Amino acid sequence: MASRTAKPPMMLEVGGLCAFYGQNQALHGLDFGLAERGIVTLLGANGAGKTTTLRALCGMVRMTGEVRFDGKLISGRATEEIVRLGIAHVPDGRGTFVRMTVEENLQLGAMTRRDRAQIAKDLEEVYAHFPRLRERRRQAAGTLSGGEQQMLAVGRALMLRPRLMLLDEPSFGLAPLIVEELFEILRRLNQELGVAMLVVEQNAALALDLAERAYLLETGRIVMSGPAAEIGQDEAIRRSYLGY
Amino acid sequence: MELLLQQVLAGLANGAIYALMALAVVMIYQAIDHLNFAQGEMAMFSTFIAWQLIAWGQPYWVAFAIAVTVSFLGGVAIERILFRPLHNAPILAQLIAFIALFSILNSSAGEIWNFTIKTFPTPFGTEPLFGERLINTHEAGMIGVTVVILGLLYLFFRGSRLGLAMRAAAANPDSARLVGIRVGWMIALGWGMSAAIGAVAGMLIAPVVYLEPNMMLGVLLYGFTGAVLGGMSSPGGAVAGGFVVGVIENLAGTFVPYFGRELKLTIALILITAVLLVRPTGLFGRAVVSRV
Repeated sequence: MASRTAKPPMMLEVGGLCAFYGQNQALHGLDFGLAERGIVTLLGANGAGKTTTLRALCGMVRMTGEVRFDGKLISGRATEEIVRLGIAHVPDGRGTFVRMTVEENLQLGAMTRRDRAQIAKDLEEVYAHFPRLRERRRQAAGTLSGGEQQMLAVGRALMLRPRLMLLDEPSFGLAPLIVEELFEILRRLNQELGVAMLVVEQNAALALDLAERAYLLETGRIVMSGPAAEIGQDEAIRRSYLGY
Repeated sequence: MELLLQQVLAGLANGAIYALMALAVVMIYQAIDHLNFAQGEMAMFSTFIAWQLIAWGQPYWVAFAIAVTVSFLGGVAIERILFRPLHNAPILAQLIAFIALFSILNSSAGEIWNFTIKTFPTPFGTEPLFGERLINTHEAGMIGVTVVILGLLYLFFRGSRLGLAMRAAAANPDSARLVGIRVGWMIALGWGMSAAIGAVAGMLIAPVVYLEPNMMLGVLLYGFTGAVLGGMSSPGGAVAGGFVVGVIENLAGTFVPYFGRELKLTIALILITAVLLVRPTGLFGRAVVSRV
């Protein structure tokens, strides 16, 4: 495939991705890629398949097609093995360990790592990003508000020291000010640490502002793709997803 | 009064064993949401292994250590070989697997070591403790060993990374996978630990109930009762429940004339029924709330 080799090497390459819930096919052959240190957003209405795409990449739903990370085939691997490659998933519903403390939740994020000193440092860093979590470090995570649990989910993902973050609605349930803060943190992580990101977002304006490229999903198919700035200018997108 | 104290202490000694069995049951229940009916038979088989080693001339504690280790590995193997392939199977298939495990272990023990009752040694002796008639040294040993094991387990689950990973895998397997925890191995580890705990319980109770392939039937029933009483979702509760059941069993057997020795086992069933009617989550358990 000459066209593929001509492109710059992609960190994440997805080809012909299909996903199934029982008999129902939710994704119909997605092709997209994500460059090293890149940020890509998936847009689309409810039920378009955004969450499913992230779940399929992590081996959490039955899928077919090819997913490559650093050129290595990862489709078909177990979720935990994919995560161990440095892919952190901030899931829909946040995935909080509700009966454990905030700090235990964060420590679980670093479960695949061995470098204890660095883990302790990263824990401090997460607390620096989210002071609310430090205040509540000994509290059961289930007692946190929705917004705080969202911070906890992002913090837990950071504790993995990921190379790629899959973010499913990171702004969900957060107050507008905190959303801005969170996206600022994501931007910094991307610039300073080079963490690549695949972001699914209800708030399309925010996502387009953060991302370099965007894909629009409709009923499990990519119907439009391009640089985020261009997609943001698109008449139909603006009316459907940006609301102006 | 002395009789009461004596019966309470003896009850605590038996209760220690029920507590261990309850804990073993709850550990597997937390990991796979099923009651392991074969828990008692696994413990019995482990005890026979220890008995065999002692019969071959090994010192007690060497036999003890080997039996615990073999049981741990056996528990891991049972999960990997028998239950891992079934983990998505319908509930009936899994129940059949438990029954199969029960029968295989029970019959194999009978085939290898036959069904005649054997004595099993105790390293603690059976002299009265402190020269009083309240409790003997073996009963004190049962309580002591149990308390030590519970302490070690507490430290393991609260203080170590592996313990944290196991708790996470049991509490929320999907999220645990998303932080890179190998949930399948954590479940296997839970089986191994559960089998090892059961082995200790079997070896401690064998001097009291005597060694034979059906020796754990009553013990496991009380262990279940303890687990249900304390709450299947609460390891600490299950342990407390085990102790409580031991005391109730002994007091009722002594002071309620009608029960006597013969009907003691009925108490377990009455307790289970009562708990399920009045407080199905157990004393310390939590109801499962699922958001939709």
